Amino acid sequence: MSLTNLTLKAAIDGLAAREFTSVELTRAHIDAIEAARGLNAYILETPDKAIDMAAKSDARRALGEAGPLEGAPLGVKDLFCTNGVRTTACSKILENFVPTYESTVTSQLWRDGAVMLGKLNLDQFAMGSSNETSYFGPVTNPWRAQGSTKALTPGGSSGGSAAAVAADLCLGATATDTGGSIRQPAAFTGTVGIKPTYGRCSRWGVVAFASSLDQAGPIAKTVEDAALLLTSMSGHDPKDSTSLDIPVPDFTQFVGKSVKGLKIGIPKEYRVDNMPAEIEKLWQDGIAWLKEAGCEIVDISLPHTKYALPAYYIVAPAEASSNLARYDGMRYGLREEGANLTEIYENTRASGFGDEVKRRILIGTYVLSAGYYDAYYLKALKVRRRIAEDFDNAWTKCDAILTPTAPSAAFGLGENSNDPIAMYLNDVFTVTTNLAGLPGLSLPAGLDANGLPLGLQIIGKPLDEATVFSVAGAVEKAAGFTAKAEKWW
Amino acid sequence: MAIDAATVRKVARLARIATPEERLEPLAQELNGIMTWIEQLAEVDTDGCEPLTSVVAAGLPLREDVVTMGGDPARVTSNAPKSINNFFVVPKVVE
Amino acid sequence: MNENAKVIKGRTGDWEMVLGLEVHAQVASKSKLFSGAAVGFGAGPNEQVSLVDAAMPGMLPVLNRFCVEQAVKTGLGLRAQINLKSRFDRKNYFYPDLPQGYQISQFDQPIVGEGVVSVERDDGTTFDVRIERLHLEQDAGKSLHDQDPNATYVDLNRAGTALMEIVSKPDMRTSEEAAAYVKKLRTILVYLGTCDGDMEKGNLRADVNVSVCRPGDYEKFRATGDFKHLGTRCEIKNVNSYRYIQQAIEYEARRQIEILEDGGKVDQETRLFDPTKGETRSMRSKEEAHDYRYFPDPDLLPLVLDPAWVKSIEETLPELPDAKKARLQSQYGLSAYDAGVLIIDADRADYFEAAAKGRDAKLVANWVTNELLAKLSAAGTEFSNSPLPHTDIGQLVELIENGTISSKIAKEVFEHMWAGEGRPAEIVEKRGLVQINDTGAIEKAIDDLIAGNPDKAEAVKDKPQALGWFVGQVMKATGGKANPGTVNELLRKKLGVE
Ligand SMILES: [Mg+2]
Ligand SMILES: [Zn+2]
Repeated sequence: MSLTNLTLKAAIDGLAAREFTSVELTRAHIDAIEAARGLNAYILETPDKAIDMAAKSDARRALGEAGPLEGAPLGVKDLFCTNGVRTTACSKILENFVPTYESTVTSQLWRDGAVMLGKLNLDQFAMGSSNETSYFGPVTNPWRAQGSTKALTPGGSSGGSAAAVAADLCLGATATDTGGSIRQPAAFTGTVGIKPTYGRCSRWGVVAFASSLDQAGPIAKTVEDAALLLTSMSGHDPKDSTSLDIPVPDFTQFVGKSVKGLKIGIPKEYRVDNMPAEIEKLWQDGIAWLKEAGCEIVDISLPHTKYALPAYYIVAPAEASSNLARYDGMRYGLREEGANLTEIYENTRASGFGDEVKRRILIGTYVLSAGYYDAYYLKALKVRRRIAEDFDNAWTKCDAILTPTAPSAAFGLGENSNDPIAMYLNDVFTVTTNLAGLPGLSLPAGLDANGLPLGLQIIGKPLDEATVFSVAGAVEKAAGFTAKAEKWW
Repeated sequence: MAIDAATVRKVARLARIATPEERLEPLAQELNGIMTWIEQLAEVDTDGCEPLTSVVAAGLPLREDVVTMGGDPARVTSNAPKSINNFFVVPKVVE
Repeated sequence: MNENAKVIKGRTGDWEMVLGLEVHAQVASKSKLFSGAAVGFGAGPNEQVSLVDAAMPGMLPVLNRFCVEQAVKTGLGLRAQINLKSRFDRKNYFYPDLPQGYQISQFDQPIVGEGVVSVERDDGTTFDVRIERLHLEQDAGKSLHDQDPNATYVDLNRAGTALMEIVSKPDMRTSEEAAAYVKKLRTILVYLGTCDGDMEKGNLRADVNVSVCRPGDYEKFRATGDFKHLGTRCEIKNVNSYRYIQQAIEYEARRQIEILEDGGKVDQETRLFDPTKGETRSMRSKEEAHDYRYFPDPDLLPLVLDPAWVKSIEETLPELPDAKKARLQSQYGLSAYDAGVLIIDADRADYFEAAAKGRDAKLVANWVTNELLAKLSAAGTEFSNSPLPHTDIGQLVELIENGTISSKIAKEVFEHMWAGEGRPAEIVEKRGLVQINDTGAIEKAIDDLIAGNPDKAEAVKDKPQALGWFVGQVMKATGGKANPGTVNELLRKKLGVE
């Protein structure tokens, strides 16, 4: 067994038992990353920094000052600003941007002893569901259909994070989720991803897409690993006005806890047209496993579910159109030539942003412009309220909700890229929790007929990640999912 | 509320994104497709519904009036396409 | 017709102007509205800039409590509604000195609602200006266009500084009223300590909305609240002196009248005042109309104020100019004019009150508002920096009150005081200026005078108004030190004048 096959928990235990050093563990990952460049998961490798951090970690451990993630090499989605390390959001407009500051989330990981391996690919400004909008090219999913060599998407926007974890190119990775960008890639790559309650993780130092929806979280190999990482990433940050000033429990203690007596809601509206039978079956399996574990299954209704995506495609682009106004070529980033100031702005932004980013900026600008604000933006905010109320009602009947994570398994690169709405529909099961601010976790629970992983999602009450982890732990245990992508890269 | 080429031109100008003439019509169609899909929101009864701008129920936190930042112009301009004497140098602005 | 509206004669009849002001007052805070960078004047380029102010990726705003407190305080000082729930919105537009690509402001839920300011005209009459709202917002940075012929230099030191935008209703009818309103607003802000009022540094500046209408239209507007009765308005941006405010308004009103009388139409637009030419000119005129796409800032939550906090702020409010004026009039018996002069700033009124303790207050007010004020103004200084302590003015008045010196001598003493020769009593002593109250000495002077001018002494019996000549002569003979009251009394007796 190679060091890179370890789970985060096993690696930390091994480090603590002095079975290997962080430098050895990190070196193994650096080698694996070099060998996996074909996946395009990392857009920036920082091996020197990684070895330096690992050596310091080993020194701390020798002094008995080990943090909870001491010595564990991780990957960082390139949406998190890293001090002195280029951060691009996978956009040409930030191609050469080097922050002089470190995001709160990543600085907490380093505080707890983790080691940074490099920066991970993503859909440009986190706008996409297949990692194909990245300026640095798409990420290839380590998984392939049985007997096929066709390149599949790892999902998006955290496609680099999901692929890197699935291919053992790090022990875990940071990710962000605005409409499903942690959970859908996790489902497509057989990994575990959690988007916590909005406000759990600081947004400070994370390149903003849609401020009221963006939330950081981990992608990991197991539910327990995800709990370990989320515990470190979470916490109140006075630099983020939307950060929640609420204590963070050690989430790992809830993994493996009995779920007996918990009421699990099954929303009838998540049974959508054209959903593959295998996903329906997986969902039924999940229900059966939880029943067996002592949960009570209750039917619930989330009647406004079908309106979540259209509402999201008003709210997110509106916020994005304003959040991305700062990329204007004046203080940092790309600056193109032009005959006058307006042309310079226009040429810079036309050249610096990819097509999907431009499309969303145009939609966002349109829905906020004079005469359309009430009909679109305000209406979407009211529908958002209805969606949140749906969940409020659901919580009177259940403690957590079980749904599929995505309406399909990983699809081929290029398959959906010409149809924006088809692409948007990837997030149909995940986007509701962003609109309502709820925690949602995806874990692999089975394979489809082609041998591709499928995910189940557990949605929790606000701030009740504890129950989410307990339920996920129970599903993980029952599913016994151990499949790995066969190494072809 | 169909989006036409003129609307795309106006919105692109507001957003400061150069858009060639020949792209206006295709973009209008593309955006129309998306907006038509979005318009199903009209079906939702939102009478008397308070718009939800943030899921955080708390009020806005306040910080004390203390100087904790700044004093490092080189850091602020370190990524600038052009800077001289700690000023950002930008294209000529004509008022 | 409103008699306070100044009629402007045109070729096609009479016109009136209607003025509303948006005053931007910089909050006197140490750090910025949403970042911990310093606020101040004169720092090197971009020295007072945080990563938040420069709108670096991932940076987020955190609101300054002190700035909120100052906005509430100002709202209370404007007798305005304090909104316990308000909200910050983004105003989106591109400009090189606007780093975020939007200004964080308050659009439809400002922190302060309607209020009122009572303003004095130069002739002592007063009028009310209704306040529509006060909101908090960020200032922009500074663009320097003169450093390089082909480039603009941007300094973000000012970017993100807290401003209170105070919006009046269109309640001013002459350029003098507009200037008087800004003066009064400035006085209130300085009293409250929420803004230093330094117009030269741009810490207080006004956007002036000017429109013109026919006599009678304004009254229709006031009766209905319908703006259709008023003409199209133009907004003149960032005028930062009282004189410029007046000049800009006069020019702009005349410009609009000329357009209308030529059968044209006034375009609603933003204009700039050029002080060297005394003209306004169109700004960004070729650009398409702005569409600011205001929406709630998703990085910030609603601002909710605790009523107990608002109350505690209210309890710390200083006495404001109007209340102080009324009290000075009633407590000290001062005229409205004197009280008005004294309350122009709080230091002046404090100086007066300290000097007036236990003395003839009217007399003290005279000395403070005439002699001392003139000297201080000529020296370009303020009461807070007066070289003469209030105890000196007090002592001077005391010397007059107890008859040691006459008012006339007091003027001389005051000159010596200003020259730094010491306390009033010392000067009187040293220079022998003590008033002669000794009847014997005065009697002797009178007797000598009568003896030397028997014809005049005879004539004054029929012409008592000639008594003044005798008084003058006696004062002259005593070096001005004789007590004028005693002189008068003795002269009448000796000359037999009733
Ligand atoms: Mg204004
Ligand atoms: Zn303003």
